[in-house]
Amino acid sequence: MFACIHGQEASLSKIAADFSPWFEQTAPDTIVFPIDGLQRLHGSPHQIADAIAKRAGQHVRVAIAETADAAILAAHNLSGVTVAPDLTDLEISALPLTEEMAQVFDSWGIYTLQQLADLPESGIAERFGPAGVHLQQLARGATYRPLRVFQPETTYEDRIELDHPITLLEPLLFLIARLLNDQCTRLLSNALAANEVTVRLELEDRTEHVRTLRLPVPMRESKSLLKLLQMDLEAHPPQAPITALSLALKPVNPRTVQTGIFLPVTPAPDKLELTLARIRGIVGESNVGIPELLNTHHPHPYRLVNAQPQVTSPQPQTTSHAFRYFRPPLPATVSLDGNSPARITASGIHGKVLNSAGPWRTSGDWWTATPWNRDEWDVALTNGALYRVYREPTDRWFIEGCYD
Amino acid sequence: MNPAATLTTTLGFRPDSKIREALPTGLPALDTLIEGFPRGAISEILGPESSGRTTLVHSLLAASTSKLEICAYIDTDDSFDPVSAAAAGVALSQLAWIRCSHNAGHALKAADYLLHAGGFGVVVLDLCQVTPRVANRIPISYWYRFRLAIENTPTILALAGKQSQAKSCAALMLELERKKTHWTGAPGFTLLREVELEAASRKPIRSHAAHFQARAIG
Repeated sequence: MFACIHGQEASLSKIAADFSPWFEQTAPDTIVFPIDGLQRLHGSPHQIADAIAKRAGQHVRVAIAETADAAILAAHNLSGVTVAPDLTDLEISALPLTEEMAQVFDSWGIYTLQQLADLPESGIAERFGPAGVHLQQLARGATYRPLRVFQPETTYEDRIELDHPITLLEPLLFLIARLLNDQCTRLLSNALAANEVTVRLELEDRTEHVRTLRLPVPMRESKSLLKLLQMDLEAHPPQAPITALSLALKPVNPRTVQTGIFLPVTPAPDKLELTLARIRGIVGESNVGIPELLNTHHPHPYRLVNAQPQVTSPQPQTTSHAFRYFRPPLPATVSLDGNSPARITASGIHGKVLNSAGPWRTSGDWWTATPWNRDEWDVALTNGALYRVYREPTDRWFIEGCYD
Repeated sequence: MNPAATLTTTLGFRPDSKIREALPTGLPALDTLIEGFPRGAISEILGPESSGRTTLVHSLLAASTSKLEICAYIDTDDSFDPVSAAAAGVALSQLAWIRCSHNAGHALKAADYLLHAGGFGVVVLDLCQVTPRVANRIPISYWYRFRLAIENTPTILALAGKQSQAKSCAALMLELERKKTHWTGAPGFTLLREVELEAASRKPIRSHAAHFQARAIG
């Protein structure tokens, strides 16, 4: 059996929670819950209804019925406390009818739930489809459905105030590990993962040190998250002793990947992120990522994106001559033969030009602070290598790189 | 039983009878010569500037990414060009690019982390622009450590450089040379069209070399 409480009481969920841990918040003013376990505590359904009414007060309606929908219907339409009520005489407008259905029932002379319940089910199905059958089952009190159990919102933010300020990373990580373990357990129990971790350290000098890790893939393994936080805090330590800390995770749905038996093994995302984070600690944060081409005519039409490599569709393979950049470009001294380079000298490179192609004049971004404007040549030198050289409008020459 | 697997050589060691899986490069002449790059081993691609080392590295990466593998490029001297890599067919989204800002020590540490993490198809360690003075100071123990890390895994560690670094730790050693450059167009308006490259296998030793062409990016 189910009990339904209907009214404008603000704490309906609290009242329901006093009687059952499982309840459905059907509407802001309606709550329904099972009473099957309450007989030993309160006695008969009448005594249970009285106990609920006593707890809820005079301003709410309480109904107990065989099904959840019947209890809701009774609580909405009958005042006071009702137990296993007879709903056959209720008007049909008590059901959630559409305007079209109401007109049809009115034309048929169907005004009460009893009259609707007595109609042949096949005829209702033919005329109204599944919605009509559902209405008839409501009228018959024969809808059996599981409750949509109310789940209080889980928070993923915890705070610890410290008795004594922390000055070392190790004890701080010990506390962070404790918070992470709790929060990752909560994530796991709710089938979620985190894609952002924020550590907020309150310092002795009344300032805050906030570090946020944005993860390329949602993770919920506390060990991996702790290692990432450790590396981040080692790279960006707070500038004063810590008096309090709070840790917040941003919950998202975990990543689901369909793996295949014939697909090659790729690095596990959390392990790969840890590896890349370790390498970022060595070479710098801006030096690790995946290359991305840009839609521009700029001489360097690409950028390094701080992301994890991921499998995409394969590209057609061709044998094209690769280029290697000299970063920064090598300043060169170039003697000309007419308008073409004849001899080039730079750091570690010198020789006569055997053959050259160019100039290719490119310019752009003149409307920005970093315009480019240059003439390029491809040259073969007597040292046996192929280079790309360019001249700036200021008549300065550079070797940009070599074809290799 | 293969008699070569049980007999020792006159020098006292057993010949390597392990049959390794190999990754073909997609260059028919080279694949005929060496049957692809051996997995779970170190391969060296050697040669002077403009000899086609980077072209071969790009072909290897393209072959690996076309098999939906994740690869890594450890760019010791910030010389990697994503445009020519993409033109060769490398799926850039499957490539981790690590720029080491001319620090060979950082490059070796990054390679160590990547190889021990596992799961990569090809890890390229680009030492092409490292000066001989720095290259000669790399401890040989690194190569033994790397060889051990990738043994029995599908990962290929490809070293590109001017001279051999891994030496006895390498299972494959290719030496490249540019044979010919094709320029087209009338004098005064020429265009770099194509280069002819030659790859000779120094380990295992092959009597003949592989020849292939690489066209310039249009």
